[in-house]
Amino acid sequence: MQTAQNSRNGNSPTPRIAIIGAGVCGLGIGWRLAAAGCTVDAFDQGEPGRAASWAAAGMLAARAEVEPGEETLLDLNLKAQEIWPGFVAELESASGLPVDYRDDGTMIVALTRDDAEALRFTYDLQKRLDLDVDWLSGIEARQREPFLSPNVTAGIYSPGDHQVDNRKLVIALQRAFEAAGGAVHAQTTIRAIDIAEDRVRGVVAANEESDDIHHAADVVVLAAGAWSRDIDGLPTELRPPVRPVKGQMLSLRMDADAPLLRHVVWPPGVYLVPRNDGTLIIGATVEEKGFDGDLTAGGMLDLLRDTWEALPGITELSVDEMWVGHRPTSRDDAPILGPTGVEGLIMATGHHRNGILLTPITANGVSRYILEGVVDPAIEPFTLDRFAKRRGKRARPAPDGKLGVVS
Amino acid sequence: MYSPLEDPLTIADKTFTSRFLIGSSPFPNNQVMLESIEASGAQIVTVAIRRIDLSAGGETVLDLLEGDYHILPNTAGCYTAKDAVLTAQLAREAIETNWIKLEVIGDRETLYPDVEHLLTAADELVRDGFIVMPYCTDDPITCRKLVDIGCAAVMPLGAPIGSGMGVLNPYNIEIIRAENDVPVIIDAGIGTASDAALAMELGCDGVLLASAVSRAHDPVRMATAMRHGIEGGRHAFLAGRIPRKHHAEASSPKSGVIGT
Repeated sequence: MQTAQNSRNGNSPTPRIAIIGAGVCGLGIGWRLAAAGCTVDAFDQGEPGRAASWAAAGMLAARAEVEPGEETLLDLNLKAQEIWPGFVAELESASGLPVDYRDDGTMIVALTRDDAEALRFTYDLQKRLDLDVDWLSGIEARQREPFLSPNVTAGIYSPGDHQVDNRKLVIALQRAFEAAGGAVHAQTTIRAIDIAEDRVRGVVAANEESDDIHHAADVVVLAAGAWSRDIDGLPTELRPPVRPVKGQMLSLRMDADAPLLRHVVWPPGVYLVPRNDGTLIIGATVEEKGFDGDLTAGGMLDLLRDTWEALPGITELSVDEMWVGHRPTSRDDAPILGPTGVEGLIMATGHHRNGILLTPITANGVSRYILEGVVDPAIEPFTLDRFAKRRGKRARPAPDGKLGVVS
Repeated sequence: MYSPLEDPLTIADKTFTSRFLIGSSPFPNNQVMLESIEASGAQIVTVAIRRIDLSAGGETVLDLLEGDYHILPNTAGCYTAKDAVLTAQLAREAIETNWIKLEVIGDRETLYPDVEHLLTAADELVRDGFIVMPYCTDDPITCRKLVDIGCAAVMPLGAPIGSGMGVLNPYNIEIIRAENDVPVIIDAGIGTASDAALAMELGCDGVLLASAVSRAHDPVRMATAMRHGIEGGRHAFLAGRIPRKHHAEASSPKSGVIGT
C-alpha cells in the first residue's frame, strides 16, 4: 500500500481534508477550506464537475420549485438564494472568471384551462408560504415574453428566482479552489473510506497508476452525488439514502442579440433557460432508471413538443447538444449535510435538483462545521440522522401480530 | 362493536383489512410517499413497472416498499395489448408476483382505456396464470366481459385519471356492482374524501387513488382523510341509508306531548 505524501505533516494545526467528489459542492467546500489554510485534496472519478454539476440548468428557483411537504427545504433554499449574489462577487473575484448570474426572474406559464387551474393551485401554495410571486394574465405574460404562444392563458412571475451558468460555475470554482492551494485529483476513484474506531483515517484511492493508494486525512467529506451510497467502508447505517434520478436535456442555439426568451420560463412539463451567449437550455425528464445513460426518442420528443407548444419559434433553431445527467436524490429530496456518527466523516450529498442553488450554503455550512465545530442552524435540520427519526417505513402489525395482509 | 376485521376485502387468494389501494406516484418525494402510505392504512400499493428502477439500488421505490406492503405492479404507459402483456411478464420476473393491475391506454389526452386491447391483454394474461385487475371504463358490458375472462376484480374509472372529478356515473357503478361477483374497485377520478365515500356508499369494494393524495398541499393529511372517507362510506353502505322523503319526519315521538 502506498501512502500519498501530504504537503503538511500529521501534526498540522489545520486538518487534512479529503473530499470525495469534485462537483460544485465538493469544490465549493474545498475552496472555503483551502482558503482557510487547510490541506485539501478533492477526488473525482472523472473530470471535476462533469457529472450532475455540468448537466444541470443552473436555475436558482426556490419559489418556482416549491412542493407540498417541503417547507423545511424551502427555508434552506430561500436562505441559499439570499447569499448567492455575495457568493458570486466573491467567487468571480477569487477566480477572475464570470459565472453569468442573471436576475431576470422566472415565469411559470399555463397553456390550457386545466394548466391554469393547476397553476392557481401552485400559486395558492406559494402565497400560503408567503412567497413573493405575482399572478399574470396571458397578455401580461406575453408582454414579458412576446414570443410565447398565444395559447398562454396565465402565468406566475417570480422576480426572486434567478439563474447562473452552472458550467461556468464549475470552472470558476475549480480555479478558485486551486488558487487557494487545493488539489484536484481527476480520474481517481475512491474505493473505500478508511474508518477505524468510529473515526476516519483517510480514503483508499485508485487511478491509472495504482489501484491502492492510501491517502491519510483527518476529515473526509462525502460529496459524491448520486454515487455516494456506493462507496465501500461506510457502515450500513451511514450509507446516505441517495439514488440517481435520470434526466435528459438538450440545448438549442438562439441569436444572442435577439433571443426568443430572457426569463427562465416553465411551460407545462419542461423548463427553458436562456443563457447570455444565446444557448437555450431545455430540461428535463425525471426517470427512475438508475445510472442508465441513454438519450431516448421519447425523452427528446417530450421535451421538444412541450417546448414547441409554448414557444413555437424554436422550430428554426439549431440543436446544440443533448445530454443525460443523474440527480443525486435523497429520500426526501433535501440534501444530507454535516456530521455523522463517525468522527471526521462529513456529508454533503443528496441535493436532488437543488445542487447549484445550494452550492454556496453547502460550502459555507459544511466548511464552518469542519473549521469551527459548529453546526450552522441553516444546515442543522439536514443531517443524516433525520431519516432514523422519520416515520413511514415500519411494518404495521395486524391484531394477529403479523403484517396486515392475511393470505 | 363493528370491527374492520369482520369485513375483509378478498381479492383472488388474498385477504386485506384495508379497502384503500394507493398509488406510489407522483409524490413530492419518497419520504412523503412513505408517510402518506402509512397514514392511508393501505396494504396494497401500486407501482408503475415502466417507471421504476429495477436495477439493484437499495433506495428505489421497490426497496422502500417491499416487505411492508403488497406490491401491485401496473402497466401504466402501455398503449397496446402486446406492450401490456410484455410489461406484466417483466413485472412478474422482476418482482416475483403474478398480480397485475392492467392498464391499456387509448390516448394521451384522455388516458381512457382502450377496451379492445384491454380485453385481448386480459385474456392472454389470465391464461398465463396472472391475477388480473383491469383498469376499465365504467361500462357494465365491458366489466362483465372482463369478469367472464377470469379477472380477479374490475376497476372502473370514476372519472378520467388525475381529473379529480369524482364518480361521474354512479348509476353505472351500481349496475356493475350488482351484476358481478368479483370485487369492484373504483380506480381513477377521485378528488377528495367525499368522492371516495360516495364510491363506497354505492357498494364498491375498494378505492384506488393516487393523485388526490400525492398532489394535495398536504399529502399525509389527505391520505388520512381518504382513509376515513373510505371507511365512512363502507360503514354507511353496510348500515343501510334511510329512504329519501319529500317531507319532514320528526325524530322525537309525536304522542305524549305536554298539554294533550
